[in-house]
Amino acid sequence: MKRVLRAAGRLWAVPVVLVVWELVTRAAENLSFPPPTTIAASMYEMWLTGPPERLWLTDAALENIPASVGRLLAGWVLAGVIGTAVGLVLGRRPLYFRFVDPLVQFARAIPPPMLLPFFMALFAIGPQMQINVIVFGIIWPVLINAAEGARHIDRQYVDTARVFGLSLKQRLFLLVLPAAMPKIFAGLRVSLSLALILMVISELVGSTDGIGFQLLDAQRSYDLPGVWGTIVVLGVLGYVLNSAFLAAERRVLSWHRTAKQTT
Amino acid sequence: MIGRRLLDSKPLCGALGAAGLFCVLEATGRTGLISPIVFPLASTVLGRAVELATDVDFLLDVVSTLGAWALGLLLTVVIAVPAGFVLGTLPRAESALRPILEFLRPIPSLALIPLALALFSDKFDMKITLIVYAATWPVLMNTLYGLKDVDPLAKETLRSFGFGPLAVLWRVSLPSTAPFVATGVRLASAIALIVAISVELLAGGSDGIGVFLIEVGGSPDAMVYIIATAIWAGVIGLVSDSLFVLAERRIFRWHTARTEVV
Repeated sequence: MKRVLRAAGRLWAVPVVLVVWELVTRAAENLSFPPPTTIAASMYEMWLTGPPERLWLTDAALENIPASVGRLLAGWVLAGVIGTAVGLVLGRRPLYFRFVDPLVQFARAIPPPMLLPFFMALFAIGPQMQINVIVFGIIWPVLINAAEGARHIDRQYVDTARVFGLSLKQRLFLLVLPAAMPKIFAGLRVSLSLALILMVISELVGSTDGIGFQLLDAQRSYDLPGVWGTIVVLGVLGYVLNSAFLAAERRVLSWHRTAKQTT
Repeated sequence: MIGRRLLDSKPLCGALGAAGLFCVLEATGRTGLISPIVFPLASTVLGRAVELATDVDFLLDVVSTLGAWALGLLLTVVIAVPAGFVLGTLPRAESALRPILEFLRPIPSLALIPLALALFSDKFDMKITLIVYAATWPVLMNTLYGLKDVDPLAKETLRSFGFGPLAVLWRVSLPSTAPFVATGVRLASAIALIVAISVELLAGGSDGIGVFLIEVGGSPDAMVYIIATAIWAGVIGLVSDSLFVLAERRIFRWHTARTEVV
């Protein structure tokens, strides 16, 4: 009960803002700024008026949302795996790192939307192009962080591993990967929010399905409540992805925190 | 011996790496491993990039994008830093607005482009507004974070010497938050460039790097133009980021010195 009250105490501004927004937009009657109730109704119309056996989800919901989330996650996982693997190698081999460091810095500095025309010219419009844009745009934070984490491993651990004669594989999975994990997770988190942005923009220019396509569709048919509603859904998606990631991070890195507490 | 010492030189190794990549790309094109029609030769791209540097149309587009970027960043600082200080010094306002900020923040800013297309008739206003919206977050969040990091002892000391809250803010909170604000502005500068180019690509307009990309998209050697433009965009991103890092190190030498000691 106390927790509920405290949460309510923290969230009191939300209903206030919603009511003020509703009143102001109703008074202004500007078609570009529909009141929140209209937006909610349009969201319900768009996604939740399907048949009950499909949990009331409409065709649009079942088509667009999984397509978008699938591409986002596919790109993110690919970038995470490749970025971590390359980053760890570069972190442990300073000589290699010296050769590619300027190239990596340069690739990272290219604003990701510049990749859109490039990959659109290289591939046709479709998932392949979108996943390529996402992977190439978000791999750098993971790669750079993994290299950073692998480079600064406690000398003592490295020496201990040598004394015990760990094989290369053992050293990688028992020493380097766990030691670099907190940094890798920091990179993965940045990449996840970037992936959402690149998913949306790649769907805005080159797609026939997905949330971004639906957003563009609503805008082209001057369905402003639909535009607002889709943006709300994207916000919710970003929030859910970030919260899920933080929960997973807390789980995976719990040993890290406890290890730090004892020292 | 000499070889060992040469390998210790970072710039030399970096240059060798870049040259190596150039040679590999050129070789794959020349040997026909990747057809130069699909992916242009590295030398063609590099030549076009050099040509672009003297192309007046391209330079005007770059200036236009950078102008929007600079104006957007300036407005962001003017808005986000005071907002951060207001929220940071009024804990009740911050805890009330926190849930709203936490909901607005994950909305991908580029998703607002279709909405902005409906709201704005002027493309430039729209570009600036979206840049300011997107760039505000890192500055605001870093300002709030920096304010939490202010040494309470320093604040108490000033207070016990009879300084008012405004004096404490000016003499302690502001200088010790400034490095965090600077980091936020550096992050925001990268975001501002991304948003500027995205808006130009998606919404069009009269000039800008993104508009240049749309215009060359129809030409037969569009790919050469696209990669050459991407190279310049990378250079711009790299130079602006290094300038910010350099300025941060210069201005806040006392701060890095302090944190390095700890």
